[in-house]
Amino acid sequence: MTYSPNIIGFACQWCTYAGADLAGNLRCKYPPTVKLIKVPCSGRVEPEHVLEALARGADGVLIGGCHYGDCHYKEGNYKTSRRMTVLKKLIEDSGHDPRRFRLEWISGAEGKKFAEVMDEFTKELAELGPNPVKGGN
Amino acid sequence: MAEKIKFAFLLAGGCAGCEMALVDLSEKLVDALEHLEVVFWAPTVADVKYKDLEAMPDGFIDLAFVDGMIRNSENEHMVKVLRAKSKVLVAFGACATLGGIAALGDLHTKAELFDQAYKHTFSTDNPEGVWPQPQCLFEGKYDLTLPSFTSRCATIDQLVDVDYYVGGCPPHHDFVAAAVTAIVTGNLPPKGSWLTSGKAVCDVCKRNPALSDQQRLPVGEVIRTVEGRPDETKCLLQQGYVCFGPVTQGDCNASCLNVNIPCRGCGGPMPGVNDFGARSVTAIASSLKDDATAEKLVNKYNDMAKLVYRYSFSAGTLGKKQRPGSQA
Repeated sequence: MTYSPNIIGFACQWCTYAGADLAGNLRCKYPPTVKLIKVPCSGRVEPEHVLEALARGADGVLIGGCHYGDCHYKEGNYKTSRRMTVLKKLIEDSGHDPRRFRLEWISGAEGKKFAEVMDEFTKELAELGPNPVKGGN
Repeated sequence: MAEKIKFAFLLAGGCAGCEMALVDLSEKLVDALEHLEVVFWAPTVADVKYKDLEAMPDGFIDLAFVDGMIRNSENEHMVKVLRAKSKVLVAFGACATLGGIAALGDLHTKAELFDQAYKHTFSTDNPEGVWPQPQCLFEGKYDLTLPSFTSRCATIDQLVDVDYYVGGCPPHHDFVAAAVTAIVTGNLPPKGSWLTSGKAVCDVCKRNPALSDQQRLPVGEVIRTVEGRPDETKCLLQQGYVCFGPVTQGDCNASCLNVNIPCRGCGGPMPGVNDFGARSVTAIASSLKDDATAEKLVNKYNDMAKLVYRYSFSAGTLGKKQRPGSQA
């Protein structure tokens, strides 16, 4: 069996989650690798959530939020961006591959972009192989 | 009290600083000793050997403290023995509860650690490359052994059941006194709790902007302590120094802040925080003004893991997992 990565996606309900819906309506094709978790805002996602997902063996973690200036709560995505900049370095310094973690701004009108991001992330993770904390696949 | 409480104190992989903290209680400890009978506290107080502890019946000790993390096979064995002999086991100090400074060694391989300790340190002269071996036959007849390194550092509760936790490196003596009193009088929270005031360092810090009716503003600067001397009255976070006061238990009465040093989180995580490092990333990064400041933070500290997990790597989400290539 070929290796198919397991991605945990945290999607803001106002944009990325709607974007994923639109991707379906548009009949965009993307690999069935992502498990989306709807959150009120990308600012709700804490570094703890990301680390927990990685520690439990997720091959990749994606956070999808609104573009700058579009946040329903005005500044949630700005906070996300600052936190995740630091978190990415923390993941790298803890001995994990920072490429397993991704932050993307996908609006509710960007169904196609959602599909493209998933496609691209899945390909990248397929090249990286399974998350080593699982002790090999 | 009719019968004295049988008390034991085991030093696992720590530096014995926590034992000093208990001795620092001075008169309060003398008062407590009226209620305590020390059955094991080597080598600080009582000359009792490991074999004496091993010979005690199970559940013989009423109250046992452990300080230090599990770093080698000796720690592993003795903590298991102590757990079997004790009714109540308290993980005492940052190492026992979270992993402590030594847990940062898990970010390196065993070869790196040994190279540094037995070859490259300034005070080491080891031209023949003599390394400690777990086993050695001396003069052809004495079979000598040394404890061997475990694959990674562990906290006490990752090895055995722990009843109570006390944080701090070392725990502040006022709160040790409160904890000892609570234990002696039997006024204890549910099993598995931290013995703590439940207040954050910021809560007890004199610099807290709220005390002078000031608002916390987004921080646009990142300064390391080596780069400048902070204002002695203002909040360090507001000045641009990374301080973990918001997420750390303030049982220390903000001792470091009182001498102009930022908090590094030895007190342990606030109740409800699972991963100290990740939560401090949340707290610190959210207080920054913009992405450029976050970039500055990332560039100024060359190892983020050693910054945010200074005392808590073993207890952290990623620290619990064996990393690829470590401790081979």
